[in-house]
Amino acid sequence: MKRLMNIFKKQSDLTTILVFAAGVLTMPIWLDPIGANYPDLLQKFVIFGIFAVGYNILFGLTGYLSFGHAVFLGVGSYTAVWSFKLFTMNVLPAMLFATLISGLIAAAIGFVSMRRSGIYFSILTLAFAQMFYNLAYSVLIPITNGETGLQLRMHDIRIIDNYFSDPLPGLPSTELFGMSMNGYSGFYFCAVVLILAFYVAMKIFRSPFGMKLKAIKSNQHRMRYVGSDTRPYLITAFIISGMFAGLAGALLAVTDPLAGAERMQWTASGEVILMTILGGVGTLFGPLIGVGVIKYLENIFSAINEAVLHNFFSFMPLWAENLLVAITVPFVGEGWHLTLGILFMIIIIFLPGGLMEGFQKIKKRYLTISMKDSESTTKQE
Amino acid sequence: MSKPVLKINNVNKSFGGLQALRDINLKIEKGKVHAIIGPNGAGKSTLLNVLVGLLEPDSGSVTFNGGINVIGKSPHEINQMGLARVFQTPEIFPDLSLLENVMIPAFSKRDGPFHFQLFRSLASETKITQEAKEVLASVGMKAKADETAGSLSRGDKRRLEIAMCLAQEPRLLLLDEPTAGMARADTNNTIDLLKQIDEDRDITIAIIEHDMHVVFSLADRITVLSQGTPLVEDTPDKIKGHPKVQEAYLGEAA
Repeated sequence: MKRLMNIFKKQSDLTTILVFAAGVLTMPIWLDPIGANYPDLLQKFVIFGIFAVGYNILFGLTGYLSFGHAVFLGVGSYTAVWSFKLFTMNVLPAMLFATLISGLIAAAIGFVSMRRSGIYFSILTLAFAQMFYNLAYSVLIPITNGETGLQLRMHDIRIIDNYFSDPLPGLPSTELFGMSMNGYSGFYFCAVVLILAFYVAMKIFRSPFGMKLKAIKSNQHRMRYVGSDTRPYLITAFIISGMFAGLAGALLAVTDPLAGAERMQWTASGEVILMTILGGVGTLFGPLIGVGVIKYLENIFSAINEAVLHNFFSFMPLWAENLLVAITVPFVGEGWHLTLGILFMIIIIFLPGGLMEGFQKIKKRYLTISMKDSESTTKQE
Repeated sequence: MSKPVLKINNVNKSFGGLQALRDINLKIEKGKVHAIIGPNGAGKSTLLNVLVGLLEPDSGSVTFNGGINVIGKSPHEINQMGLARVFQTPEIFPDLSLLENVMIPAFSKRDGPFHFQLFRSLASETKITQEAKEVLASVGMKAKADETAGSLSRGDKRRLEIAMCLAQEPRLLLLDEPTAGMARADTNNTIDLLKQIDEDRDITIAIIEHDMHVVFSLADRITVLSQGTPLVEDTPDKIKGHPKVQEAYLGEAA
């Protein structure tokens, strides 16, 4: 327990990243007992982890609440699938293009939205998100394939792959120099990308640049009067977090080469806000914990249906069983967002700093208890 | 006579029919503590806002450090010229530690308005950290370096804000009613701190102030504003006995 607590203390860069890497790469082992050890879910953990870590660079450090970050997730996916269709099934070019194009679009959106702060900034990003969603859904159909979503096809040109070898029958799968990106290999690849992304975020958090972003969050007025032009700092943070989101979008396409407009919907932007706040805004690990909790609970609660509930309450008399099932059934399956809502409210009311604040409180209590213990032992001596 | 750090030439400003500033000529000389006083409505705040670029005068010029125009510049540009400002209500970074509060202005001074240095480690910034610690020590706050600034008392917030300005080694330190809303003890502490800064450093200070006690304890020169125009400018001793000043300002206090 004590060792676990120490992980969250301020550590040197190397220790932090080594502990983090070990934790991520051993996920299949320590998530096995709670039934979360299968590639689909593990991939979700790490991909949305990248999304949240990047979002935290904007929201956690500068305090600017963007309601439109799903745009970059979507753009990343579309770009990656186009890279698979036009050039090669190798995932590296897809990720590179996705990150760059998301960065460009983030520069445009950030340039306009950062003209305002607070609620007006949030509304501007929300407006952009809806515009991009509608563009993808019904306007740019030649690029996005509209409602159906963008998929791989048999007659895709794939210039680079087809130049070196004749296309095999059937749809090809994504690969990294011959290693297929399905299942566990897909997870480990995404995990390595998450570790790199986390390292970048940690360096930013612990740099003068990151400190200046925190100063802007704390008092932007004062920041201007000590001689800093705050706008370029804010736009840079916006672009970086957009690029992280684009990278996460590309990885979604790497593990499942398909891109749809629903990925850009405002609910997807809302989800990353929930994850970040639930885990702990502005902390290094908080957003990742938020991702883990939400994606894990989603996985459990959305799989439960009425039959499972009946089975669960079957030890009770029939009338009580039926009553309890009737009460709980709206909170599971499709209705799992109700559960999420309640969980979110509880956290915000009792732990405004997110789960990280909870850990800190436990740590404090633990430390005071152990201090009292050592005091009493010295008295006995 | 030494060079003026700040020069105000024939500045006029009116709001509708009200002429807030009329033909203001003022020089703030290097190394001096120059106070600008006046009764309510004399135009002190308007003058201050012109000095920091928030208001554009109808005519006239404000030049800094031997001819650099101030008018129309944004706050960060004016700060980068070397004008550091202390506000009526202390403006600090409440969520950061005291040390970080002082490091930020030092970074701004070194890096300019914007510097893209994503991956430099804070741990390697030993020079700035050391400088910031020294500045904190010079205002007597070294022991509190790791505390969160938001939890400080009003008087200590003012002290920190002055330290933040000192970290930039400004050419001109502009104080806007530095003791407004403070208890007597805090006021006296702030006066002592400013005296000590004036003695220890080669610094130019401009104070816009209402409180006579503060002004007469600190200033080398005093300009009295009345109805938007400078009434007299002289040393504190002469100002005290000046009949015009007695009439316009001190009369009401005496």
